[in-house]
Amino acid sequence: MSLLELRSITKNFGAIHALQGVDLDVARGEAVGLMGDNGAGKSTLMKIVAGNFLPTSGEIRIEGNAVEFHKPIDARESGIEIVYQDLALCDNLTAGANVFLGRELKKRLGPFSMLDHAAMYRQAGDLFTELKSETRPRDLVRQMSGGQRQAVAIARTRLSDPKLVLMDEPTAAISVRQVKEVLALIHQLKDTGHAVILVSHRMPDVFEVCDRVAVLRRGAKVADKHISQTTPEEVTGLIIGAIESA
Amino acid sequence: MTNSSPYQEDHAAIDESITSRQEVSGFAAIVRTQPFWVFLALVALGVVMSFVSDAFMTERNMFNITRNMAFFGIMALGMSAVICTAGIDLSVGSLVGLTGIVTGLIMRAGYGIELGFLGCMLVAASVGMVNGILIAYLRMPPFVVTLGMLSIVVSLARVVSNNQMIYQFGPDQDLFEWIGGESVLGVPNVVWVLIILTAVFWWVWRFSTWGRWVIAIGGNAHAAKLAGIPVERVVVSVYVVCSLCAGLSAFLFVGYTGSVTNGMGFTWELTVIAATVIGGANLMGGIVFALGAPIGAALIELIRNSLLLAGIPALWQQFFVGLFLILAVLLEQIRNRGGK
Repeated sequence: MSLLELRSITKNFGAIHALQGVDLDVARGEAVGLMGDNGAGKSTLMKIVAGNFLPTSGEIRIEGNAVEFHKPIDARESGIEIVYQDLALCDNLTAGANVFLGRELKKRLGPFSMLDHAAMYRQAGDLFTELKSETRPRDLVRQMSGGQRQAVAIARTRLSDPKLVLMDEPTAAISVRQVKEVLALIHQLKDTGHAVILVSHRMPDVFEVCDRVAVLRRGAKVADKHISQTTPEEVTGLIIGAIESA
Repeated sequence: MTNSSPYQEDHAAIDESITSRQEVSGFAAIVRTQPFWVFLALVALGVVMSFVSDAFMTERNMFNITRNMAFFGIMALGMSAVICTAGIDLSVGSLVGLTGIVTGLIMRAGYGIELGFLGCMLVAASVGMVNGILIAYLRMPPFVVTLGMLSIVVSLARVVSNNQMIYQFGPDQDLFEWIGGESVLGVPNVVWVLIILTAVFWWVWRFSTWGRWVIAIGGNAHAAKLAGIPVERVVVSVYVVCSLCAGLSAFLFVGYTGSVTNGMGFTWELTVIAATVIGGANLMGGIVFALGAPIGAALIELIRNSLLLAGIPALWQQFFVGLFLILAVLLEQIRNRGGK
């Protein structure tokens, strides 16, 4: 049984049909690359899965149960973690504070419950070490490089044990070495039974870590193939419309 | 790295020596903050004044300065929270008038100080709640909402008071005037309240989830929302807290002066906002210091006091407050440019 099932998802913004009946399945331990040109509907589909807005019609199922996400927190509670393209970080807080934002660790001091800074910084430090990122938990995010910010956003998804991690262009703005680390992390997620959806423009990344690639064009899915049965050339053709569907 | 030779060190290893490091720490971090520099200005002005006037360093004068600044300091603590969310509350000054009148009416009617205080806080909380709901849920600009509220509250105070002064506070009059006007251990009661509140806010900004969330909202409200923080509810609570601080200040001020008119507190919001900004709050949001509020309020009061003692006409007072406000923001700009 698939972990995530999307059934004939459509989304209209007024007269604009952003998605026209898209089906997508993701199984445990599977990474699916979601590709498509700008305006193909990738972001819209991802925002529906992430709970940013409801689909006009269609159904989302997680482990066979139909779910409705009215806001992002609903998706998180169903085990979906998202790394947003703009990373959604608070520049004025430290890296550690950002990792734990919204689910801070607390300790009790008599009748008061207070933030446990030491524990949060320690755990955030462990996460960054695990991600092999030179990110210091006590530094402000404002002072950080693109790769470090990416590490903060990814470390956040590791706090809970999500069923599905959704990554929107995680390798678009980071250094070569860090791309390798992010891809290694995706492998690691797969090995531990997590499902991953990778939205990316970078063909080599998708072919390196994904099991399947789904291509969207003008709001419809035009291909959904195992990575071994396709080539970067074919996918490019599908994205730009030189190949109708496959 | 499976094919690395045994001689090769893992140069990319990340260990404790990196993750526990911090770009700026301890004292260096304090030196970088706005309240620290304003505090230095405060000390410098104090030193100069002690040479200029013999009356300055007297116990009586220090007593007066600290008491006068405390009313604004208490309000500035609440204003810091609002400004931290990139908001503003222009209605606090006139709210002092309304809550003062309400306290006076309740106590004059003989209901006692407990009910007087409760009524004062209830009115404050309601006004803050309306401000907050309009701003957080209806997404109206804080400036416009609270400007409108300023006008509404001024008018309400006039209506409720029937445009009369209240100077009788019923059976608890003595206690009421003691709380606002007297002192314990040589320190005015109002200043004790300011000290305790500052400590509470220091703890809140540093150790409470609510404080962390307010700061996060000021930094990036969208990200805070995505992280699951109930942004709207927190914003409403921030405006309620700010109004409660104004109510508390009014309660103490009426007790201190022993009378209340509906014009009390009029234009105080400008002094409070000036104190908050001088104390290091950034109108763009995301920055807050508990100590900034009393330090900013102290500087403003010190300027007023110094001009008085130096024999400069009081007409110049606003000029220097304005000058320091602009200098404080300029200082922050310069430091930001240097730092990054």
